Amino acid sequence: MSPISRRELLTGGVAVGAGLVIGFYLPHGNGSHKDSFSPNAYLRITPDNKVTIVVARSEMGQGVRTALPMILAEELEADWKQIEIEQAGASTLYGDQTTGGSASVRTTWDPMRKAGAAAREMLLSAAALTWNVPRSACTAENGRIKHAASNRSLSFGELVGKASTLPIPTDVTLKQSKDYKIVGQRLARVDSPAKVKGEATFGIDLRLPGMKYAVLSRSPVIGGKVTSFDDKDSKKVSGVSYVGKISDSAVAVVADTVWGAMEGRRTLNVTWDEGPNKDLNTAAVMASLKQSASKKGVNLFAAGEPAKVSGRHISAEYQLPFMAHAPMEPGNCTAQCESSKCELWAPTQVPQDCRDSVAPAIGLDPDQVKVNVTLMGGGFGRRLEHDYAVEAALVSKAINAPVKVIWTREDDMRFSTYRPASLHQLSATLDNSGFPAALRHRIIAPSISGQKGQPVPNGVDPDLPDEAGPVYGIPNYSIEYVMTETPVPLGWMRSVYALQAAFALESFIDELAIAAGKDPVQYRLHLLAKDQDLPYFTTTWKTSRMKGVLQLAAEKAGWDKPLAAGRYRGVACFGSFSSYMAEVIEISMEGGQTESAQPRVHRVVAAVDCGQVVNPSILEQQIQGGIVYGLANALRAKITIEKGRVVQGNFDDYAPLRMDETPTVEVYAVPSQEAPTGIGEPSVPPVAPALCNAIYAATKKRIRALPILS
Amino acid sequence: MADLTLRINGSERKVSVPSETPLLWVLRDTLELTGTKFGCGAGLCGACTVHVEGNAIRSCATPVSQVAGKSITTIEGLSANGLHVLQQAWIAEEVPQCGYCQTGQIMSAAALLAKTPNPTDDQITQAMNGNLCRCGTYERIRKAIHRAAGNAAASGGAR
Repeated sequence: MSPISRRELLTGGVAVGAGLVIGFYLPHGNGSHKDSFSPNAYLRITPDNKVTIVVARSEMGQGVRTALPMILAEELEADWKQIEIEQAGASTLYGDQTTGGSASVRTTWDPMRKAGAAAREMLLSAAALTWNVPRSACTAENGRIKHAASNRSLSFGELVGKASTLPIPTDVTLKQSKDYKIVGQRLARVDSPAKVKGEATFGIDLRLPGMKYAVLSRSPVIGGKVTSFDDKDSKKVSGVSYVGKISDSAVAVVADTVWGAMEGRRTLNVTWDEGPNKDLNTAAVMASLKQSASKKGVNLFAAGEPAKVSGRHISAEYQLPFMAHAPMEPGNCTAQCESSKCELWAPTQVPQDCRDSVAPAIGLDPDQVKVNVTLMGGGFGRRLEHDYAVEAALVSKAINAPVKVIWTREDDMRFSTYRPASLHQLSATLDNSGFPAALRHRIIAPSISGQKGQPVPNGVDPDLPDEAGPVYGIPNYSIEYVMTETPVPLGWMRSVYALQAAFALESFIDELAIAAGKDPVQYRLHLLAKDQDLPYFTTTWKTSRMKGVLQLAAEKAGWDKPLAAGRYRGVACFGSFSSYMAEVIEISMEGGQTESAQPRVHRVVAAVDCGQVVNPSILEQQIQGGIVYGLANALRAKITIEKGRVVQGNFDDYAPLRMDETPTVEVYAVPSQEAPTGIGEPSVPPVAPALCNAIYAATKKRIRALPILS
Repeated sequence: MADLTLRINGSERKVSVPSETPLLWVLRDTLELTGTKFGCGAGLCGACTVHVEGNAIRSCATPVSQVAGKSITTIEGLSANGLHVLQQAWIAEEVPQCGYCQTGQIMSAAALLAKTPNPTDDQITQAMNGNLCRCGTYERIRKAIHRAAGNAAASGGAR
C-alpha cells in the first residue's frame, strides 16, 4: 500500500481550510526554455499560445478535468477557450494524487491558484521588460498582458521566450473572490463532447497492438484457493490462447476477444479449497457486531459527561448492511509487462498506489512501473483498490504480451470491497423541555483501513474524523467507536462511514423530536441555536453553518406550508468532508396504509454550504447524483453472504435507481467565500435518514435497519 | 465460426466470428466501435444500446447472427458529425458525469424521438427506464430529451 495514506491527503486539505500558511513550493515543470514556458508542473504555455493545464487527479465523472483547471486559469487570467487539459499519470511531482474523500478541489485549491498566479506575475514582468514600462502599469486579462497607457497588448504565447528566462516568484498575491471571472461560473465541462459522441476512451476502451483479453475465475468463497483446474473444454473455445493459475485464488483465461475469454471461463472447471469462510453468512456477521457492542470503544468526541445526566431516557439501535459501489464501467486494466518494466493503463483513483501495488506483485521496483490514468466510468471508491491492476500485470507477465483484464458485472458485484455493515447504539437523556441534555452515539463497525493493514491510530479508523463528526451543540455528547473485524472484504464507498453515522444520528434526532412533540426542523434549529465551534480532529464544525443550510432547505422546501393530501416529508442534516448539507425529502406511500406500502420519492430539496463554489453546474451534478446514489443505498442496496459467497450478482438483485424512481432534486448553495470543501460525497449521508423520517411521518413506523425495502 | 456481413452505420462490414457472439463484442473487439459500452452483459443496464432497423436493442444480449443483413446504427453512426440534436442537447444540458452510460442513453432517446417526436414525461420514462446511470443524471437526461424535441420541432424534425 502507498506510504501516503488517504488520511494524510485529507489532513492536508483540512490544514489549508484552517488557514494555515503553507510554504510556497510548486513542483518544477518540464523546464522553461524559449519554446515553452513551464514555471511549474501544472502549467505549460507554448509560443503558439496554447495553454496546457495538467490535472493530477482522476476524472471519474466528478468534473475535475474542468474544475481544477478553472482554478488555475482564474489566477492566470487566461482565456478559458485557449486552455487544453492534460491528464497526469502516477508521478512524484504532485504530492498524493489520490482522488477520493471529496478532496480534489479542497486540497488543490491553493496549489492550483498559486501555480496560476506565479505564471501570471512572470508574464506581467516579461511584458513590462519587453515594453520597458513599469510593471505596475501592466495588467493581465483574458489571455493577454495589456499596457493601457500605450494601448499595447501581447498574448501569453508571445511572451513565452521572455517569461521563461525570469526567476519564479516565491510569493504571490492571490485574487479576491469578488474579482473572479472563471471560478463560480457555470462553464461547460471539457469532457462532454467526447462523451456524447462515443469518442471518450475509458479504461475498458483502450487498445494496444497485439493485445489479448483476459477474464479470471476467482474463488467463489471469500478467502478460498485454487486446488486444481481442468481447462480441456476452455481450450476448445475459439480464440482462447492461455489458461493458467496466476495467483493462489485465481485462474486466468486469455483469448483474442472478451467473448472468447468469457466463454473460456464458462467452460473452465476449477476445484476450490473453500477455506475458513465456507460457512460464513450475513446473519453471523450482524450477530458478531451485536456481540462486540458490549466492548468499550474509543471516544471520537466527548463533551461533558453524558452518563451523569438524569432525565427522560430514550435509546434505539440502528443497523446497516454491506453495500457495493457498482460503477457502470466494470473493473478493468490494461498491462504490458516486460522483464524489467511494466506499463499500465488503469482506470484508477490512486495512480501512485496502483504503481506500488503492482510492482511487488511482479517483482519490479515501483519506478519500473508506469501508470497511465484513463477516464473512468464511475468510481465511487471502488477504484481506490488495485486488484484488477495486479491481475492485469500478472497475466501480462504470464503470457508475455499486452493484455486487458475485464471483470464482468457479476465479478464486480461478487468480488468487490464492500461498505462495512455497522451497528449503532444511540441514547439520549432529555431535559424538561424535551431536548437532549445528553446524547451518546456508539458506532460498532469493522475498520476498512484496519482490514487492509493500514494504520489505525489509537483504534480510530482514519476515515471517521471526516465522516462521523458532531453536528449539534449538545452539552453532554459522546461519539464512541468500537472497532470490529470481519472476513468480508471492505472498501471505501461514496461517503464511507458518513452514510452510516448520519442514518443513525439523524433518524434518532427525529425520534427525539417526536418524543418531545416538536417539529423536526424547529427541534434541530433549537439544537443549533447557539453559535458554537465543535472541534473534531482537524475540522472545526460550526453550528452556524449547519443552521444556515437547514434554514435554507426548510425555506426552499416550504416546510412551514401544508403539503398536498397524501404527501409527507422528512428532514436530515449532516456534515461530512468539511461541507454542510441539509435535505428535505417529500414522499407519498404507494399502496396506501397497507403493510406492503412503499415510498415514492417526489421531491428532494438540498442545501449545501461547501465554501466557494467553483462551478455551480458541476456542484448541482454532484449533489443530484449523490442523492440518487443515496436513494438507491437507502431503498435497496444490500449485499448478503451465504455459505461464504456473495449472493447478489447483477443489476436485477442489486438494483440501482432508474428514471421512474428518480425525484426532482433542487440544489441550493449558501453563498460563501470560505475555502472550498467537499461536494462529491456530502449529499449522500442525509438521504437515508430524511427518507426514513418522511416514511415515519407517513406511517408512524420507524425504520431502524437499511435497506428500507428489505 | 460464421462469416457474416453486417450493415453498420451505412457500410458493409464482413466479420468471421462464432455465430452466438453477442453483437456488443463484435462491435467493440472486432470492429473497434467502442462507443457502445459493456455494463451488465444481461440486458439490464442499457449501456450497450444500439439500433437495429431503427429499434433500440441491447447488443450484449443479441447474438450477432440474428442481426446479419439488418441495418445497425451505433453511436458512431448516429449523425455524420456527432452533432445529432440529442447530442447537442446533452451538451447544452450538461448531462454527462462519468459519461459511460450516456451513449446508450442517447441511443435509447434517439429511438424514442424517431417514433415520438414530442414525448411526454411518461413516454420518456417508459423509453428510458431500461438505461441505468449510477451517476444519477436522469433529471438532466429528461431535460435534454425535452430540449432536443423542442429544437427538432423548430428545425423540422429529428434526424
